Amino acid sequence: MAQSEIRYLTPPTVDKKQKKYCRFKKYGIKYIDYKDAEYLKRFLNEQGKILPRRITGTSLKYQRRLAQAVKRARHLALLPFVTDLMK
Amino acid sequence: MPIFAPLLRKRNKPFINTQTNRMTNQYETVFILTPVLSDEQTKETVEKFKGILAEQGAEIVNEENWGMKKLAYPIEKKSTGVYFMLEYTAEPAAIAKLEVAYRRDERVIRFLTIKQDKFHAAYAEKRRNLKKQKED
Repeated sequence: MAQSEIRYLTPPTVDKKQKKYCRFKKYGIKYIDYKDAEYLKRFLNEQGKILPRRITGTSLKYQRRLAQAVKRARHLALLPFVTDLMK
Repeated sequence: MPIFAPLLRKRNKPFINTQTNRMTNQYETVFILTPVLSDEQTKETVEKFKGILAEQGAEIVNEENWGMKKLAYPIEKKSTGVYFMLEYTAEPAAIAKLEVAYRRDERVIRFLTIKQDKFHAAYAEKRRNLKKQKED
C-alpha cells in the first residue's frame, strides 16, 4: 500500500534564508580601527585568514577597508599572519 | 576642465595652518619597544621621539601607553612588547625624519605611521573623548 502522504512528527523546517547585510553600512561605521584586534577577529577564520564577502556579507567598500585594517593589525603583531585555532 | 572635477573632489583637502601658512596633516604612530628595557629607559625613548616631533614643529594631540602586551607572533625572538601610540599634527616632511629615527633606534622593534583621513580623524576624536571621560 503506497502511502501518498509523508507525515512528519515535527513540521519540516523550511529554512528561510536570512538576507546577509553589511554590518558597517547597517550600523554606520565609517572607519574600521586596526587597533581593535578583538573586533577584527570576527572577520577572520580560525587560521587568521580574512573571511570572504560572500560569507560575511560585507559590502565591497568596507571589505577593502577591513582588509586594510587587518593587514595593519598584523604588521603591529596585534593579529597573527598564520595560526591554528585562534578562537 | 569639467572632466577632472570628480577627481579633484575625492582628494583629501590638506589642512593649512593660518598662523604659519604651512600644510599640516593629522597622523598617528603606534610603535613597539623591546621588553628588556627598564621603566626609565622606556620613558626616555618615548621622550626622545616626542622631542623629535617637537623639533619638527609638530603638535602632539594624544599620547597613549598600552603597556606590555603579548605579540601575536615573535619579533626579533621576543614574544612581548611595550606598545605606545602618539597622535599629532605635523608637516609631511617631519614624518620622513621621524621614520628614519625609528629605523635607527634599536629599542623600537616595530612602528606604523598612518595619516588620518576624515573618518579616521572623527573616530580618533571620539576615542580621545572617551578616554578623557574615563580619566575624570
